[in-house]
Amino acid sequence: MATRKFGAPIRRNEDARLLSGQALFVDDVELPGMLHAAFLRSNVAHARIRSIDVTAARAREGVVAVYTAADLGDYWAPGPLLVPPPPIADITFNQRTQVPLAKDKVRHVGEPLAVVLAQNRYVAEDALADIAVDLETLPAVVDLEKALTEASALVHDGVRGNVAAHVRQRRGNYAATHPRAERVIARRFLYDHGASSPIETRGIVAHWDARANQLTVWDTTQGPVFLRNGLAGMLGLSERQVRVIAPFVGGGFGPKIMLFYPEEVVLPWAAIKLNRPIKWIEDRLEHFFATTQERGQTHDAEIALAADGRILGVKDVFLHDTGAYNPYGLTVPINSQCTLLGPYVIPNYDSTFTAIFTNKPIVTPYRGAGRQHGVFVIERLLDIAAHELKIDRAEIRRRNLIPPDAFPYNNEIIYQDFAPLSYDSGNYEPILDKALEMIGYDRFIAEEQPRLRAEGRHVGVGIACYVEGTGIGPYEGAKVQVQANGKVSVATGIGTQGQGHFTSFAQIVADQLGVEVRDVDIVTGDTDQFYWGAGTFASRGAVVAGNAVNEAAKVVRQKILKLAAEHFECAEEDLEIADGQVSVVGVPGQAVKLGALAVKANPMRGAVRPGTEPGLESTQYFGPPGGATASGVHAMIVEVDPQTFTLEVLKYVVVHDCGTVINPLILAGQIHGGVAQGIGNAFYEQLIFDDDGQLLNASLADYLLPTALDVPHMDIAHTVTPSPLNPLGIKGAGEAGAIPVGPLFAQAIEDALGLLAQNIELNEIPLSPNRLFELTAKPVTSR
Amino acid sequence: MATETHNISVTVNGTSYRRSVEARLLLSDFLRHDLLLAGTHVGCEHGVCGACTVIFDGVAVRSCLLFAAQADGHTIETVEGLASDRDHLHPLQESMRDCHGLQCGYCTPGILMTMKAFLDETPAPDEAQIREALSGNLCRCTGYQHIVEAMQLTAERLRR
Repeated sequence: MATRKFGAPIRRNEDARLLSGQALFVDDVELPGMLHAAFLRSNVAHARIRSIDVTAARAREGVVAVYTAADLGDYWAPGPLLVPPPPIADITFNQRTQVPLAKDKVRHVGEPLAVVLAQNRYVAEDALADIAVDLETLPAVVDLEKALTEASALVHDGVRGNVAAHVRQRRGNYAATHPRAERVIARRFLYDHGASSPIETRGIVAHWDARANQLTVWDTTQGPVFLRNGLAGMLGLSERQVRVIAPFVGGGFGPKIMLFYPEEVVLPWAAIKLNRPIKWIEDRLEHFFATTQERGQTHDAEIALAADGRILGVKDVFLHDTGAYNPYGLTVPINSQCTLLGPYVIPNYDSTFTAIFTNKPIVTPYRGAGRQHGVFVIERLLDIAAHELKIDRAEIRRRNLIPPDAFPYNNEIIYQDFAPLSYDSGNYEPILDKALEMIGYDRFIAEEQPRLRAEGRHVGVGIACYVEGTGIGPYEGAKVQVQANGKVSVATGIGTQGQGHFTSFAQIVADQLGVEVRDVDIVTGDTDQFYWGAGTFASRGAVVAGNAVNEAAKVVRQKILKLAAEHFECAEEDLEIADGQVSVVGVPGQAVKLGALAVKANPMRGAVRPGTEPGLESTQYFGPPGGATASGVHAMIVEVDPQTFTLEVLKYVVVHDCGTVINPLILAGQIHGGVAQGIGNAFYEQLIFDDDGQLLNASLADYLLPTALDVPHMDIAHTVTPSPLNPLGIKGAGEAGAIPVGPLFAQAIEDALGLLAQNIELNEIPLSPNRLFELTAKPVTSR
Repeated sequence: MATETHNISVTVNGTSYRRSVEARLLLSDFLRHDLLLAGTHVGCEHGVCGACTVIFDGVAVRSCLLFAAQADGHTIETVEGLASDRDHLHPLQESMRDCHGLQCGYCTPGILMTMKAFLDETPAPDEAQIREALSGNLCRCTGYQHIVEAMQLTAERLRR
């Protein structure tokens, strides 16, 4: 076989189209007679709807239709629960899902009340101003602790205390650790996470072709198959009549896996009703309200330690803001609960959370999906423990790492995929060693930091560990087909938002079928090309779809060998597949091109043997028995200006283990991007709501995404511990970069400013310069 | 609202267009939906993200902050004008591909146009200059590192 493509830093197949401005994004779809939608959105967080009068809007020139909830009739229904609660004993879960257009009540700013369909977006937006809405404003539920009190308003009538869910998971017996503990440390931690803010906002084009009886929907979704199935069900169409296309999608990061956004429900219905194509493109202001986001958790956590720094147990009680509705179930807080355990042996764990309805936009997973919150708690507890027990920060982590012979390692609680939280494989200490070596940890502490401090500079080092559950089920599939021109076509059901699937999947196929990567054409996210699938989320695309592609390519390889063996009248063992052809080993000139075999496999005349399948084609599915657990360590040296609290990251190191690597260039890109979002989360990005539930910074001028000046150069290294749960040994990598950045910043800034010696701890994220100024003004005392 | 219109004449990527446009039509919408040059992307429509950047009389500008009527009599270059076709990319595009300087590709056209104008003026930039020039374009996928490397490679290739 020629040089292996799997594992090589191959440049991407999809780039030429993207770089030349010829890739199709949703807003690029132009159809004759297309109407444009604009949504009237609530400008208050909580209100009863007294009346909506759309008469004037309907009368405006250029307006074709205006609809409210009343016009939707029987089509109006709350959306489905996408992720039911995992099977955990004694769970409380109150399901309240979003609706297409608000009826009776609005529950967050930006909730849609009416839709205008007009000849262009400008006119549609003009008409929004013509709609008269009478709202009876109610007190807004904003603060998590107040939401639980008797005095609080209720987001949903009948949901007492605004409790969306209450879940307790336990391992061992935490209370019994106290008599043995040298030290018990209790703190309150606040971790806020923000808006995913892809540069492409959401968008939808719905086109009803009455003659073909066919609905086509272009949607910026991460989950086209379930969108197709859901729309067919809602609209009373067969699934074959609905085609959902997720073309090139300009970044997803989680919120685009949320399904049945109101616009996704309203546009196809209106397109059929009006028999006109309709486009809606979310503007940036809408994105801050109409697209799901992540937000804050408040953790009251406690760690019990032996004198040598070994963890005896952790107890955590936390509040989770789920927003106005909870269509995504418990994924985010369960991730927080599970990922807190990290790469450490924590024999006793008692974790309870309460998810709370608030009058704020809906919370669903955003890159990391709650994992950050948990990682922040355990990493900060270890930092404080290291300080109090006078153990080095890296050393206390090392002492608690799960040893390499303990895998598979069962944490005995239930994960987001409904299975026990079990780590498939791992070897954590070499990752820590490598990160310490790359950052120059010992030398920095012994030599550089004292030298720089003597110069009056405030420099500090941080080191943080994490694991990431990736590659969860249920399954994905792929169809691999050799075409008559010798090229290979691959279709899979997942969508793609920049992960490089057009290349990484092609690399897998290229090795199996002996073709060039550029000769493998991948189709993702088109339900007419591949019927089945779940979607791109939870760092699972490469793991689950990648292995399905591999399985299908293996079957095609066998078909090629079988057919070629018949062709040459030789044994399959005597054949070699390479360079787009099959040749007989050791017999020069005896070769047949894959394209010729593909033609031969689809004879136009004559008879075939019973049971013969045409073509060199196979469709295979892959479902892992459980998630694959990736892991890593980030380290950073930071300099803080004690006057302005601006930061300069002097060095940033990532050592990461995501099993076998398909394309190191793409992997590096995933890590870089993750860290950049982590830095945004740690230092710049915060959704600031006032007491009325109004978002005060809903623009990119006020909600600051990191720029090229804010994201440092990163040095990346890998260790490879293959996953035993899939044949390729892959683990996911999409979210890893973003996960440990918060605690790393807190720790490194504390170190730079010598805060622990002043009894000041940084137990919250984000840490903007303003917030750092406030926090360092007075000491924080332990509870 | 009165729909005041203007007759404009504008040259885009060497082709001149005459159109009648509403006074309030944004240049970004004009390029994308009237001229069907959809390679110019729109990310925020308030001049922060830079995705809609085009070169206007040689200067990189945000097309979401201009009206189409303001382009009357002017010359615009968009991403579609960088290369003759997909198989013959501009060194900027080629270097972005070689360095994996794009992921979802949505911010990419704006970055290409910003950096084209920058490299025309600064043929031998150092990393700090590149980062400064790039800092008006938001990318949510790459963390910028590969873009910076791509710009260093582009500058090298263009100097050869």
